[in-house]
Amino acid sequence: MAAAETFYDVIRRQGITRRSFTKFCSLTAASLGLGAGGAAQIAHALETKPRVPVIWMHGLECTCCSESFIRSAHPLAKDVILSMISLDYDDTIMAAAGHQADAILKETREKYAGHYILAVEGNPPLNEDGMYCIDGGRPFVEKLKEMAAGAQAVIAWGACASWGCVQAAKPNPTHAVPIDKVILDKPIIKVPGCPPIAEVMTGVVSYILTFGQLPALDRQGRPQMFYSQRIHDKCYRRPHFDAGQFVETWDDEGARKGYCLYKMGCKGPTTYNACSTVRWNNGVSFPIQSGHGCIGCSEDGFWDQGSFYDRLTTINQFGIEQNADIVGGAAAAIIAGAVAIHAGVTAVRATIKNAEKTGA
Amino acid sequence: MTIQTPNGFTLDNSGKRVVVDPVTRIEGHLRVEVNLDGDNVIRNAVSTGTMWRGIEVILKGRDPRDAWAFTERICGVCTGTHALTSVRAVEDALAIKIPENANSIRNLMQLTLQAHDHLVHFYHLHALDWVDVVSALKADPKATSALAQSISPWPLSSPGYFKDIQGRLTRFVESGQLGPFKNGYWGNPAYKLPPEANLMAVAHYLEALDFQKEIVKIHTIYGGKNPHPNWLVGGVPCAINVDGVGAVGAVNMERLNYVSSIIDQTNDFINQVYIPDLMAIASFYKDWLYGGGLSSKCVMSYGDIPEHANDYSEKSLKLPRGAIINGNLSEVLPIDLRNPDEIQEFVVHSWYKYPDETKGLHPWDGVTEPNFVLGPNTKGTRTNIEQLDEAAKYSFIKAPRWKGNAMEVGPLARWVIGYAQGKPEFKEPVQKVLTDLGLPVTALFSTLGRTAARGLEAQWAGAQMRYFQDKLMANIKAGDSSTANVDKWRPETWPRETKGVGFTEAPRGALGHWIRIKDGKIDNYQAVVPTTWNGSPRDPKGNIGAFEASLMNTPMAVPDQPLEIIRTLHSFDPCLACSTHVMSPDGQEMAKVEVR
Repeated sequence: MAAAETFYDVIRRQGITRRSFTKFCSLTAASLGLGAGGAAQIAHALETKPRVPVIWMHGLECTCCSESFIRSAHPLAKDVILSMISLDYDDTIMAAAGHQADAILKETREKYAGHYILAVEGNPPLNEDGMYCIDGGRPFVEKLKEMAAGAQAVIAWGACASWGCVQAAKPNPTHAVPIDKVILDKPIIKVPGCPPIAEVMTGVVSYILTFGQLPALDRQGRPQMFYSQRIHDKCYRRPHFDAGQFVETWDDEGARKGYCLYKMGCKGPTTYNACSTVRWNNGVSFPIQSGHGCIGCSEDGFWDQGSFYDRLTTINQFGIEQNADIVGGAAAAIIAGAVAIHAGVTAVRATIKNAEKTGA
Repeated sequence: MTIQTPNGFTLDNSGKRVVVDPVTRIEGHLRVEVNLDGDNVIRNAVSTGTMWRGIEVILKGRDPRDAWAFTERICGVCTGTHALTSVRAVEDALAIKIPENANSIRNLMQLTLQAHDHLVHFYHLHALDWVDVVSALKADPKATSALAQSISPWPLSSPGYFKDIQGRLTRFVESGQLGPFKNGYWGNPAYKLPPEANLMAVAHYLEALDFQKEIVKIHTIYGGKNPHPNWLVGGVPCAINVDGVGAVGAVNMERLNYVSSIIDQTNDFINQVYIPDLMAIASFYKDWLYGGGLSSKCVMSYGDIPEHANDYSEKSLKLPRGAIINGNLSEVLPIDLRNPDEIQEFVVHSWYKYPDETKGLHPWDGVTEPNFVLGPNTKGTRTNIEQLDEAAKYSFIKAPRWKGNAMEVGPLARWVIGYAQGKPEFKEPVQKVLTDLGLPVTALFSTLGRTAARGLEAQWAGAQMRYFQDKLMANIKAGDSSTANVDKWRPETWPRETKGVGFTEAPRGALGHWIRIKDGKIDNYQAVVPTTWNGSPRDPKGNIGAFEASLMNTPMAVPDQPLEIIRTLHSFDPCLACSTHVMSPDGQEMAKVEVR
């Protein structure tokens, strides 16, 4: 039974070689600045100490990330919690409360220094000395920093921890900040989305445990396996975009035929996420499939990019596709136009962001 | 010092102070402090919301059609209910009428939430207050099987099945890494279940964890994802096209069948697992009838689940509407969310500032200026609080009152009101539970009663899901496939200035959003949510809130282990991210906070 397996047992069973395991230990030791014996210590720990302890902390948030996590179908959340990791602290599901809960944080820092993963849902507010989020009578931000200090790696769950999300939208009354503003010396894996897709969350965790390394990240710190392409790139309604077939208003003929939602404000063309491929809730659907445009919830600052129903940019209507014969000759031009639009909206968005940053 | 509260409680803060912070297995951040007398009985209770996010401040100046997405992010546990409340508030302000199909689909979304949320609450947030996981190791799988089969036809009930679960649990415990069960209160004498009932409950804890993800697929089909499905002012965003060209891109026969199948599975799980477990557990705790608090005195429900689109009158609402005060069950009073004299919020004990804190303000005219100050008798420091001073400000939750009364809201409130109104769909199931357990009606006013009402409501919600899915099908069959009204989609069609109110019954209780719209933008937005009512601090007259009242006079078996405290708090299903966010009508004040 997996529950009794050590971390080493688990990764060997998943096909990781002894050599890769040793290499992982060396790299980890180096990244933690441990001396010559560090790698051996880590290897010993992983071989004898079972599942990787995970500390899941909650700042200012709405708990949608936890709710999403438990929706995971493969692997099942149950199996992640019972067999893959040791979820020693998570305010939302843990049995202990008060000082019995707090004691776990202290014990983890001492017993598993450098060996536990810190997963953060939500973010710390900095106004009022951090006291807009109080945990155990103290500012959440202080506890967060304490737990980050001994962590091996940090996972930023969702838009809150990654970018700031709704409480950091203008005027950000509590001065809520993404966790990389207060955790400066640890690798942080950002798994954005409001919330992230369940299987993306468990996929990131199982990748780390299975391959014994952090996933390849893009420049913004997101795992490229899930966040390197736009929703639009793999949207099943994309052919309607290319053909100039759009929903013009809610519940119109186009909506009933499943046309492209671009004109209704869909942010799929500027949003990097796996919604159009992995889809939601074990692949049942995703926002566009169910008739509402993407609101861009995995993008930095998506709350402050205008209305969710504003079109990304003003473009001329494409030729309406009546049948394949009429469209034939114009196809090349349409495709060229579509490519230009993608470049255009991305550039516009980048410009807006840069302007904001300069202004701030 | 002993204080008599106007709402009938005797507070004595002279005994040993016990602090529970964080209160876990809830949404958000909550702290509770109690004083125990010499017999370890709670004689004073102080409940503190310890977070503030300011979402309504952020809403000011935004497009009202976007408000659902912002307010939905108030809470990801009761996901969707704020969004529904928000679109109703905007539609009320703009006099938008939604199609009948949109009403059915919205009801399905809301009922799906009720069923899902109650199930997850019972097993994953509340069960460990009643179920001793470690005791399950001592169970006899055969006897467990016999127990399970005696109470339910649920097929996963063989001795081998329970033996497997026990084996997995044993290896888990023996690994020494208890994960979420670490430092739990295992072995505490306040646990009353025999090992076999504990093992059965642990098995169902795991099954419910697997199953809950199925229920929410109804949100995914109609709203695109869960948590945080998509909504629309004027209707629902999913178009219906059952058999026309391009039907595969809309709500079609396959999607409708999918929903229908999930509804059947949901009803099976609730009826064959949740309800039998609830009754089995309750039968071992029927002598533990603490935690009633305000439920026997003052309860309120706004009502929800309109039978007819756009008809929010009491007659159309399938969940009851009304208020009971002073324990007078013979009179259910009408409530008016627009009347400035009915719902008012006070801040004398909240970390906010009013020009005159002796007075309450109606949400349409609410003022919120955060004011984090601690009283003179606080122990510890400003950033390391050891003990709060409840004579001063002590919570980020405001104190809402209905005609001056502290009220309890939530499933128990709804079912007490339905019972008092004599509605058979509420009265009969309650009566059956009481009869089966051999308890008088007064037993309803307890922690156990709150937990039982939630289970009955999940069962009710499952049946209503079937009802509204059938209603949707019938309406489509009659030729109506409309899902959105776009007549007033464009801001040019709106009045220059208007206001509205939307309400729902969230899983945790009465939820209201009040909006003012000016020049096409949000001018003021205010949410008064269930946990604001239940988690409320004291008001200027000294009335204590529902959480505080519920903890009073409860004996603790082991004072150092807050099992009884969290058991009762969990029975409300607290949601702190919901409760602690309020808005100033003048957003400029908030900006000042940021630059200080």
